[in-house]
Parts: sequence; structure tokens; C-alpha cells
Amino acid sequence: MTAPTQELGHGRTEGPAPAVRLDAVSKVYGRGATSLLALDQVSLNAAQGEFVCLLGASGCGKSTMLNLVAGLDRPTAGTIETGGKQIAMMFQEPALFPWLTVTGNIELALRKLDRKKRKERAAELLDVVHLGGFAKKRPHELSGGMRQRVALARALAQEADILLMDEPFGALDAMTRDLLHDELERIWRERNLTILFVTHNVREAVRLGDRVVLLSSRPGTVIEDYTVDLERPRRTESPEVAKLAGEITVRLKEEVSRHGR
Amino acid sequence: MAAETAVDTAEEKVNAQIAGLDALEIQVKAKRNLPAALWGRVWPMFLAISIVLAIWEAVVLAEFWPEYVFAGPVTALGELGARLGEAEFWHAVATTMRRAVSGFLLAILVGVAVGAAVSRIKLLRAAFGSLITGLQTMPSIAWFPLAILLFGLTENAITFVVVLGAAPSIANGLITGVDYTPPILLRAGHVLGLRRLSLYRHLILPASLPSFLAGLKQGWAFAWRSLMAGEILVIIANQPSLGEQLHFARELADSARLLATMIVILLIGIVVDVLFGAADNALRRRWGLDQRIG
Ligand SMILES: Nc1ncnc2c1ncn2[C@@H]1O[C@H](COP(=O)(O)OP(=O)(O)O)[C@@H](O)[C@H]1O
Ligand SMILES: [Mg+2]
Repeated sequence: MTAPTQELGHGRTEGPAPAVRLDAVSKVYGRGATSLLALDQVSLNAAQGEFVCLLGASGCGKSTMLNLVAGLDRPTAGTIETGGKQIAMMFQEPALFPWLTVTGNIELALRKLDRKKRKERAAELLDVVHLGGFAKKRPHELSGGMRQRVALARALAQEADILLMDEPFGALDAMTRDLLHDELERIWRERNLTILFVTHNVREAVRLGDRVVLLSSRPGTVIEDYTVDLERPRRTESPEVAKLAGEITVRLKEEVSRHGR
Repeated sequence: MAAETAVDTAEEKVNAQIAGLDALEIQVKAKRNLPAALWGRVWPMFLAISIVLAIWEAVVLAEFWPEYVFAGPVTALGELGARLGEAEFWHAVATTMRRAVSGFLLAILVGVAVGAAVSRIKLLRAAFGSLITGLQTMPSIAWFPLAILLFGLTENAITFVVVLGAAPSIANGLITGVDYTPPILLRAGHVLGLRRLSLYRHLILPASLPSFLAGLKQGWAFAWRSLMAGEILVIIANQPSLGEQLHFARELADSARLLATMIVILLIGIVVDVLFGAADNALRRRWGLDQRIG
């Protein structure tokens, strides 16, 4: 990364201005006796161009957090700042529109361009995710991995500065996932994206993240913030990745077993 | 230079791997053999028709009723063949179809307007939601006394009941479609910046299409029934229609003519149903909803 530029005015943060900033964010679902505190006073910054992985057992509020950042839901308390930046989001499911072709789905994110530009841009994006030959297909004709790549292309079409990814490769086989990690890393670098990437796969988090943020469950809070100082490109099966992943896993298991007692 | 080639080949390798995985994963579609598929659908129909005709003939041969009260299939089909050459018959079919189509189109207009309003506005839904479902269960013939009182023995009375019969199903189809737009797609749409009008245009309306189509199909069935009831009750002078033909065939105790007309009514119903079925199949195939288990 580039040398940190000194920030003015903000006493609490060092380095470049955060692209995403969560300040004491809480989220309560429901009301009264059945209410559930999903997030408890979560504070988290992600710098411009940073790749942050959010890691935690399922049910710890990872999706809740991304939904709040995406504006799909409102926090109960606290503030979220994204400085009016454009936000794109990928879900665990591809969430493609079945009545549109692959190109149609991507062009939907390019509504503001005129027809000719839209077509060109959609074709370019399909090439980026290696699906140039499948433009006229419908989502159901593609495999899971291919659909997820279309979803990635659609997210990229939004020209967003911030990309939120909620376990996007969770349902894919290991080989496809490895290839998509490489693709994602390349795209992230080329576009200087800020990425919040949710996963419950420790190795995936270490493979991809500049930082790995560990969340506790019920209520969700940040319990650890690891900086991953490994050379890129990393390999999921490399000993360095395995070592750090091992450390994090121990910490994660401690946290999970706390609930058993 | 050497480094560049290395990058190039690495990139090519990734491309080849991805292309290989894609080729392995993508479904291979079985080519459909059209004549065979058609024959597979046609022969059961022929079988069913033959069975029905055989039972019909058997009942006639059993002589529960005299031949002039309950004609056999040969007589009825012969009568039907003869009527195909009569201008009056085609006039009757044309009148009935004109009423059916115009009534159905009007019902679509009303149904879509009501459905859109009810699905959009909470208060209207609370007030009219269950009323619309209730209207669907109302037998259309029960509307006719009121319709005749309001409009007299005119075509308007028939149209009134046809619209009342079909519109609730159409409205309900639209409301269900809007309600059951998959939440994940709504979330994706929100992230893509779809709001208000663009949300309806790009997401909610296309997503509700299958349910809307089902509503149209059911609406048509109700419209067709209401129309037949109406044509038997509301007879307009010098305007032959299929219902009117049924009425007079009964008055003249012309059993063959009566049965021939009934066959025509049944056939029209089946043809329209097949058309709706084809539309539904085409939609399912496009959306990938046609994958069966096994
Ligand atoms: N819409 C909702 N209403 C009520 N409870 C919810 C809702 N969404 C999530 N929860 C609850 O909040 C907690 C966190 O959920 P979620 O953010 O989906 O976790 P994760 O993505 O980490 O698996 C879970 O216990 C879940 O049951
Ligand atoms: Mg989740």
C-alpha cells in the first residue's frame, strides 16, 4: 500500500481516511421479551483500498453488519459513515434476475449509460470474469460458480468504491473458489476497491485479507483485529497462511466454546 | 520480456482452467425430438376421447333415455359436421368469442388496476384483500338477477357478470406475485439502486409474471363460465350465440344440436387452456423453473 497520508482533524484514526467507518453500532432485532441483540457497540474502520475480512461463527451478526453498511437496514444505535461513496454488494446466493439474460443482468447495473455504451461495458465486464461466451445464456443455464461470477460482474458494473461480500464463495467447490480468489484479488488491486468480505472460513480470510477481524457471537462484537503481513499473491495451502489460520482458529474455538458453558 | 511471457502463460493457464471447469459444470441439454414429443402428448388425448365416446355410446345403447332425448355420438358429431357449413353457427361462435374477448380484456384492466392499488396501499389491502378472495368464491350466476335489474336484458348485463367473475382472480394473481417477489431479489434490487417506479419496472412486475399468468388463466375460466350462464339467461333477439343455441336446442328438444353445441363450447375452452399452458411453459423454460426431479 501507499505511504500513509497524515489525517487532519481525526484524533482517533491514523493513516488514510477510512472509506467505511462504523462507530459504536448496535442492532436489536424485534422488541420486548423476544428481542435479540445482534450487534453490540461495534466500531470498525476500513481504509480506502483495504481488503478487510470479517470472520466469525454463524449467527454472530456478520450479515447484519453488511446489511447495515449497504443501507438495507438501519442500526438501532451508532453511526455508519461511507462518505456518500457508491456501494455494491454480493450475497451468498447469486441473486440474479431469472427473467434476464446474463448480459441483461449486468446491463441493469448500467442503466445510466446509453444503449451502445451499456452493451460495450457489459461485454468488457463479462470478459473480466471469463464469461465472454455466455452473454446470451440465462442464469439457470450456468453452474453455481459461473452465476457467482456474473454476480461479481454485476457488482463491478456499479463502479462502486466499496464492495461488500457476504460469504460469496461459500457454496462453491474448493477449486472454483481458489480461481475466484485469484480473480478477486486481481480486480481489487486494479480498481483500488475497499472490500468488506464476510466468511466463516479462516483460511479464506487469511488468503484474501489485509486484515482479519474476528467477531464474537451473541452479541456480536469485535474481539480481535489481525493484520495479515504476508506477501501477495498468497496460496490457501501455503504454510504461512496455514500457520496464521491455525492461530486464529484457536482463538475462534475459544470464543465458540464460551457459549457451551 | 521473459517476465511478461511468464505472466501471459500464467494468465492463459488460469483461463484454461476456468474454461475447463465451466465446460464440466454446465448442463448438457438433451435435444428434444419434436415429432416424438408431439406424438407422446397426442396419443393419450386420442385414448381419452375414444374412452369418452365409448362410454357415451354405451349409455345410449343402454336406452335409459329415448334417442331423441339423448342422442348418440354419431348423430351428435354428424350434426356438428353439418352445422360447420351453416352461416348462423359461425355467427354464433363469432358473437360468443367477441363477448368473451372484450369481457376478458375489460376484466384484465379492472383486475390490474385493483390489484396494483391493493398491493401498493396498506389501507386498501386491509379493507379489500379478503373481499377480493371472497368474490372469487361467489358463483357468477348469483350476480345475474342484479345484473338484469341494473342493465336489462342487454349485452351489458353479460359483460358486467363476466368482468365480476374474472377480475378478482386476475387481481389476486397480481397481488400474490407482488407479495412473493423473492426477498433476496428485493435486496439485490435495492443495492442496484432500484427505487419506486424503476423497482416496479425492473423487478416487481417481471417477478410477479408467473403468478399473474396463473391469475389470467383462472380468470379466463371464470369468464368463460360466466359468459355461458349469461348467454343462456340473457337472450337477445337476432343475435345468435352459443349459449342462445343451447337454450333453443333445449326448447325444441333437439338433442343432437344441443350436444353438438356443448362439444363446441368444450373445444373452445380446451383450446384457450392449451394456449395459456403454452405461455406458462415458455415462461418456465426461460426462467429455468421447468427442471423436474428424476
Ligand atoms: N431479520 C431478522 N430478524 C430477527 N433476527 C434476525 C434477523 N436477521 C438476523 N437475525 C438474528 O441475528 C443474529 C445474527 O444474524 P446474521 O447477521 O445473519 O449472522 P451471520 O451472518 O453472522 O451468520 C442471528 O442470531 C439471527 O438469528
Ligand atoms: Mg450470514
